[in-house]
Amino acid sequence: MDERRPLPWLGLALAVIGAGGMLVLGEQPLVALAVLVLWGCSLWLAIAEPPPIAPQKSNGAFSRDTMGELIEHSGTPLMLVEKGRVAIANQAAREVLGAHIVGQDVRVALRHPEAIALADRARAGTALVKGLARRHDIWRISLQPLDEGVAVIEMINRTAEADISRSHTDFVANASHELRTPLASIIGYAETLAEESGDGDPAMREKFLGTILRESRRLKGLVDDLMSLSRIEAEKHEQPSDLIDLKPLVESSARDAAGAERVQRIAFDLAADLCVRGDQQQLEQLVRNLVDNALKYGAAEAPVTVSLDAAQGGQARIAVTDRGEGIAPEHLPHLTRRFYRTDPGRSRASGGTGLGLAIVKHIVERHRGRLDIDSEVGKGTSVVVRIPLSTKAAQDLS
Amino acid sequence: MEHTVKAFDEDITKLRGLIAQMGGMAEVAVQNAMDALVKGDDALAEKIIADDKKLDALESEVDKLAVRIIALRAPMADDLREVIAALKIAGVVERIGDYSKAIAKAGRQIEDRKKFGPLTLVPAMGEIAAEMVHDAMTAYAARDAVLAREVIVTDEKVDNFYESIFRNLVSHMVENPSTISSAAQMLFVARNLERIGDHATNVAEMVHFAATGAYPVDADF
Repeated sequence: MDERRPLPWLGLALAVIGAGGMLVLGEQPLVALAVLVLWGCSLWLAIAEPPPIAPQKSNGAFSRDTMGELIEHSGTPLMLVEKGRVAIANQAAREVLGAHIVGQDVRVALRHPEAIALADRARAGTALVKGLARRHDIWRISLQPLDEGVAVIEMINRTAEADISRSHTDFVANASHELRTPLASIIGYAETLAEESGDGDPAMREKFLGTILRESRRLKGLVDDLMSLSRIEAEKHEQPSDLIDLKPLVESSARDAAGAERVQRIAFDLAADLCVRGDQQQLEQLVRNLVDNALKYGAAEAPVTVSLDAAQGGQARIAVTDRGEGIAPEHLPHLTRRFYRTDPGRSRASGGTGLGLAIVKHIVERHRGRLDIDSEVGKGTSVVVRIPLSTKAAQDLS
Repeated sequence: MEHTVKAFDEDITKLRGLIAQMGGMAEVAVQNAMDALVKGDDALAEKIIADDKKLDALESEVDKLAVRIIALRAPMADDLREVIAALKIAGVVERIGDYSKAIAKAGRQIEDRKKFGPLTLVPAMGEIAAEMVHDAMTAYAARDAVLAREVIVTDEKVDNFYESIFRNLVSHMVENPSTISSAAQMLFVARNLERIGDHATNVAEMVHFAATGAYPVDADF
């Protein structure tokens, strides 16, 4: 330790000169020596102090500059608030609240009264906030003050847990009714057939068996749709991550939905090189459902246009347009509700389950997209899905 | 946006913070008003009416700050637009709070709310109106002109809803004369929601103005 202490050569030289001067001026040699020793020792002691300060200095720098990097890749949205302003927001926080929040007033970032009350209080605490980033989401926000005017805000998404219990009750109520209808006719016709025990009219038998077959198929379709709906719902809050080129996907699934006999009714207008982050199977199902609806409810021989292009704001736009009788405006807001039908009889006759658009809506929501349905009675319906382009693809475009 | 005068920067940030706070309160007020109406929750309705006072207080705070900024700092170009827009938005957001209060008041006078048939369409309309307010405030916070335009386009949906609810309620009144007073209150609720949609549109137009310097062209709508 002692070896590391640098000797204060310049100061010692001054002390020696000083002592020499005192001797020249005729002071006693003992006094001059004492002054020299006193100078030397105090200089040596004074200069020995700095070393311990050095590590403390790098510590101080660590707490501010490195903190941003430290929290940047945390999966939990985190913000560092300094004097009411967002000083640092990590990647997750910027995704949830928007990139604009850095440097803004914390109220711009949080906005919800309860969250603002928490931030204003500047004491450690938590709040459960509904509708923070998107409407109806639920976040638990906790605030931890660090030192004067600086606090860390952590946000934890609680939406999924609250959703589960609600969707369960909805599901049971609606699905049981829908499942019972085909089952009732299957049971009814089967019972009639059993009672007749073979001596009935063969044409009638054919008809009854046909009905049973049709209703069973409908039941199967319903169960399939319900299963995919609940699967999509379960994954609703996980953002899909596969990079998907939309053009081949839209084209192949539209052809798939049309089948050999209806495929010539489809007119394609597809732009290439639009990539989104998505789930391959779900996006295929989305296009299949939309195209199937358009073919089913559009006029029998009229073409259905399937188009894909880049929309404003870095989004891919998939539009499926039919020329049919259209949908009356009062039905439009309800179309994406499960089991909602504008014309129950006709929809069932064409084999619809009443879940197609509900599935589409959930897929679009999972992909952070938007679904818009425009319709004019007598002209036709246009369903437009917009999904954000993957950031890499969006950069390439611009 | 770095300003050489740090105090000016702080003032603008504070102004934006106040507007965002007002917006958050208005969003919650609209949502709570609809919840109180659907669930028949009178305590929640009282809370909306009480909370509206805070919104009024915030508005006057915004007014004072905006006037002070203009008087002391003489802002130019986009800074001036920012302050003017803030001043206007504060007034509009305060109105949204008032309409939510009116919904809360009207809701208390609807008898047998839970059994009242025509209640089905109104919450769906409230949902869209609340979403518009939310999106308009998000557009303000992010200075996002594209999102602002989307809000403006959505207003048509709310208008369509209003027409459809109006027709429904009128025929309901004809068929059930005993419920006319409740149905009339319901009509006021729908009317207020329609106004909230219009005001969210106004905020969006102001956001567009503050961000680009031009009001959105009507040609698209």
